[in-house]
Amino acid sequence: MERVAIVGVGQTKHSAGRREVNYPELVYEAVSLALADAGLNIDDIDNVITTSNDFWDGRTIASMATGDVSGGVGKNISCVEGDGTFGAFYGLTRILSGSYGTTLVTAYSKGSESISPLITNAAFDPIYMRCLGLDMVTAGALQARRYMKRYGISEEECALVSVKNHGHALDNPHAHLAMKITVDDVMNSREVAAPMKLYDISPVSDGACCIILANEERSKKAANKPVWVKGVSFCADAYLLGDRDLSESRALEKAAQGAYKMAGIQNPREEIDVAEIYDAFTYQELLWTEGLGLCDRGQGGKLVAGGATAREGDIPVNPSGGLLGAHPVIAAGLIRMAEAVLQIRGQAGERQISRKVRQALAHGVNGICGQSHCVWVLGSE
Amino acid sequence: MNDFWNDVEPLVYKSRIKVPYSWQAGETASFFLTQLRDKKIIWGKACPECRKVLVPPRKSCPFCFVDTEKWIQLSSRGIIETFTIVKRDTPVQPLKAPFAYAVIRLDGADTGFVHLLGGVDLEKIQEGMAVEAVFSEDRKGSLLDIAYFKPTGGA
Repeated sequence: MERVAIVGVGQTKHSAGRREVNYPELVYEAVSLALADAGLNIDDIDNVITTSNDFWDGRTIASMATGDVSGGVGKNISCVEGDGTFGAFYGLTRILSGSYGTTLVTAYSKGSESISPLITNAAFDPIYMRCLGLDMVTAGALQARRYMKRYGISEEECALVSVKNHGHALDNPHAHLAMKITVDDVMNSREVAAPMKLYDISPVSDGACCIILANEERSKKAANKPVWVKGVSFCADAYLLGDRDLSESRALEKAAQGAYKMAGIQNPREEIDVAEIYDAFTYQELLWTEGLGLCDRGQGGKLVAGGATAREGDIPVNPSGGLLGAHPVIAAGLIRMAEAVLQIRGQAGERQISRKVRQALAHGVNGICGQSHCVWVLGSE
Repeated sequence: MNDFWNDVEPLVYKSRIKVPYSWQAGETASFFLTQLRDKKIIWGKACPECRKVLVPPRKSCPFCFVDTEKWIQLSSRGIIETFTIVKRDTPVQPLKAPFAYAVIRLDGADTGFVHLLGGVDLEKIQEGMAVEAVFSEDRKGSLLDIAYFKPTGGA
């Protein structure tokens, strides 16, 4: 694959509700930050991809509403509906096509402006499932229970993810929900849908993120050392929940294998220095570490309990605080990419891991209970 | 930023998008749902390649990408594969919390059937529990013509 790099990243301070900006203005913030970070101006951008969702925005053809604030006027601008990692994938392929040298990718949502369970309920099949009233959280609870029961993973092990990530978020100036908590705090938090309690569940945040991709030639103009795309892949599972084994993540395994193959990685646990993954719920961090091959199937609980995934551990996961620390829907996966870039550059401030980062992993999810996954391997060389 | 609000009143614009839809259920779902309504029978459809019996039935197999063929009459009994107990209300949930969802493996089916549990002590629900469908008196050709699944052994 031709060499393509991420040369600029920008993200807003994610929060419970940004009163002073509407959502295009939120995107403008992230875009401005990314351009400043790259040392580029908007004329250096050849094309724009927005990642958005009409339901969350409350506007159909949502992508066209944020073109103005993303440098889209007079340019080819398109949209990916779904998580930011998928938008970035399309942005990458536009450069690989040879037609564009740089792509600006945005992803955003203002979760405070709508009612999440109504929106995620609408993702379910209208004929066969929607009338049950399921939403992202209650469906996640079905998966959590299935996964935990199969492998004997405890609620306390899941709680360790919450303690870790909310704690990591204390060092992340962009995080929404940073807290120093204990396992007991998680266990005593309000039950939402068993086995998940309040602190097992990511918040609903307002936030935007922007990354700028460039081919090798155009990367030379950027202010920072480029962070190279070493491997990327994505894969989807079946749509209906009952068609899948919720305790496994075959789609993630396949996506991870594809990304590792491209990157020449044979032992991800050894060769990945830091991972930013999609922890919408505590059980998901455990299940996805298994799907990513960072531990064997069923060992996710033991992995976190042993401390390996803490910032000081041998495979740090979500030093930024992850989604538990900040979850603007749609933007969440792109933020993982931005955090991975900062770690590789050594620019992650207080949340920087202490070992030198040669290769980082960023992961995003689209769909209920992890129907589809996008895995990125980024590197310093 | 705080100074800004001294001069400008923060306005919030409340609205909603109410858009009606009339989805055709299609012949496959129409058969399934009218059979629930008129006969209280649950049907699955089998894939000729992988042989999986899919419920709810589909016109094509998502795994093999071929047309499904045979209609298979399923039992209204099955076992619980996983469940959750919902402890908070939302505007779209059909029951008031606390209540339970489950993925049920119906006898004869190869996919899980997602539905509600009822007539059961929520604290006593376990994976592997045998359950059977309880049909609503008032059936309209909807998934909720099955009111819920209840344990066969009695709660």
